[in-house]
Amino acid sequence: MDSVKKTALYDEHVAAGGKIIDFAGWALPVQYEGIIEEHEAVRNAAGMFDVSHMGEVEVIGKDAFAFVQNLVTNDVSTLEDNQILYAMMCYEHGGVVDDLLVYKFGAEHFYLVINASNVEKDFAWMQEQSKGYDLTLENLSDRVSEIALQGPLAQEILQKIADVDLSTIKFFYCNRNVMIEGVKCLVSRTGYTGEDGFEIYAPHADIAKIWRKLLEVGKDLGLKPTGLGCRDTLRFEATLPLYGHEIDQNITPLEAGLGFFVKLDKPNFIGKDALVAQKANGLPRKTIGLEMVKGIPRQGYEVLAGDKVIGVITTGYFSPTLKKNIALALVDSAYGEMGSELGVQVRKNVFPATVISKRFYQKQYKK
Amino acid sequence: MKVVNGLYYTKDHEWVRVEGNEAYVGITDFAQHALGAIVYVELPEVDSEIEGEESFGTIESVKAASDMLMPVTGTVVEVNEDLENDPSLVNSDPFETWIMKISISNPADLDELMNAEEYEAFCNEEE
Repeated sequence: MDSVKKTALYDEHVAAGGKIIDFAGWALPVQYEGIIEEHEAVRNAAGMFDVSHMGEVEVIGKDAFAFVQNLVTNDVSTLEDNQILYAMMCYEHGGVVDDLLVYKFGAEHFYLVINASNVEKDFAWMQEQSKGYDLTLENLSDRVSEIALQGPLAQEILQKIADVDLSTIKFFYCNRNVMIEGVKCLVSRTGYTGEDGFEIYAPHADIAKIWRKLLEVGKDLGLKPTGLGCRDTLRFEATLPLYGHEIDQNITPLEAGLGFFVKLDKPNFIGKDALVAQKANGLPRKTIGLEMVKGIPRQGYEVLAGDKVIGVITTGYFSPTLKKNIALALVDSAYGEMGSELGVQVRKNVFPATVISKRFYQKQYKK
Repeated sequence: MKVVNGLYYTKDHEWVRVEGNEAYVGITDFAQHALGAIVYVELPEVDSEIEGEESFGTIESVKAASDMLMPVTGTVVEVNEDLENDPSLVNSDPFETWIMKISISNPADLDELMNAEEYEAFCNEEE
């Protein structure tokens, strides 16, 4: 692991018994105590994730709004200052460059949070698309640390050390001036777990003391450090997509079932024509939920109707909350009617799989 | 990490407890710890003949599915059906939780495996 990057919290992870893996070039904990225990902590109390590997790009300038509005699928014109939007960047052919959060700090100031594995590709794409716009783009990814504090008790815990009344930060809004341990932080009510919670952005030099203080004040309420393992099981249960699984350059947002975040009535955005045409012509593939009694579905396993391969599992798990084997699958649109019976090739066997709603877990957001 | 004397061990972290021409096979404490919470064990068919180092089943943690490899060529005599209801037994007591019982085709094959001392040294190098 010599070439992998360490976050400013690396020593905290090692000290807490984190099992370190290489994730997108970063040395990060997949778990501390165990994926299931950590998953349950987030659902029932709170967990804290080091998500410093995430990328951040700042867009400043006269044309910042016009640029971002053209770059992403969702409608940025609806945003108030300090409001946040989930969106995707698409290629002209409608496939996804990446999904991202768009923070609007002001009419000429946006902050884009992107996936760690895509930072270089995304930033090059943004630079390419920014030609002709009057703005500056800055890749801050290597300068910002981030903690995601997630769970029903997240607010109670963070309030113990934050100077701002956190109830004033509504769902998908942020405050750029929250003082925590003497450090000015960007705090947003966002996350990737299906629970209420906050994402806290701070400089590298200050993040470890915030991490330690959170643990100290949250411990008695059940707060645990939580790793990438349960981050994936949590986001999956809440049907939140992951780049490289539910979306990628060859899957459109419409096929992934993310049409809500694609505003086809917007004047223009990159990929709009392809997506409008795909919607008009009918989607070739769609994303469905599956449940299996026998066999755990995993990414890449084939989905069958009779003997015919009709699709592939994009993410599957033994769900820690539902205690069932469930999956998201991308399948031929002719199949996958709710309640219908399909099969999944699990190594040498094909096991039955029932099509179910892909809303596996009801999100517990505080709106 | 716990290692039990008197067992044979593979480089793939299975243990073998020999009783005459038959043997119980499971996975080691090192393996269960590396895998984390076990959520499913796919057992082999009784009476199947499996070559040494071929997969005899799959063990699944939350995160991933891993093959379990046949320590020596043999025939499956019995499988531990308790694991169908409670796969976490592998985590709580890996050396008591056998996965299958086999009849060994050629007992001399056991010479290829490690004893407890050798296995412990092997694990220390892997860590």
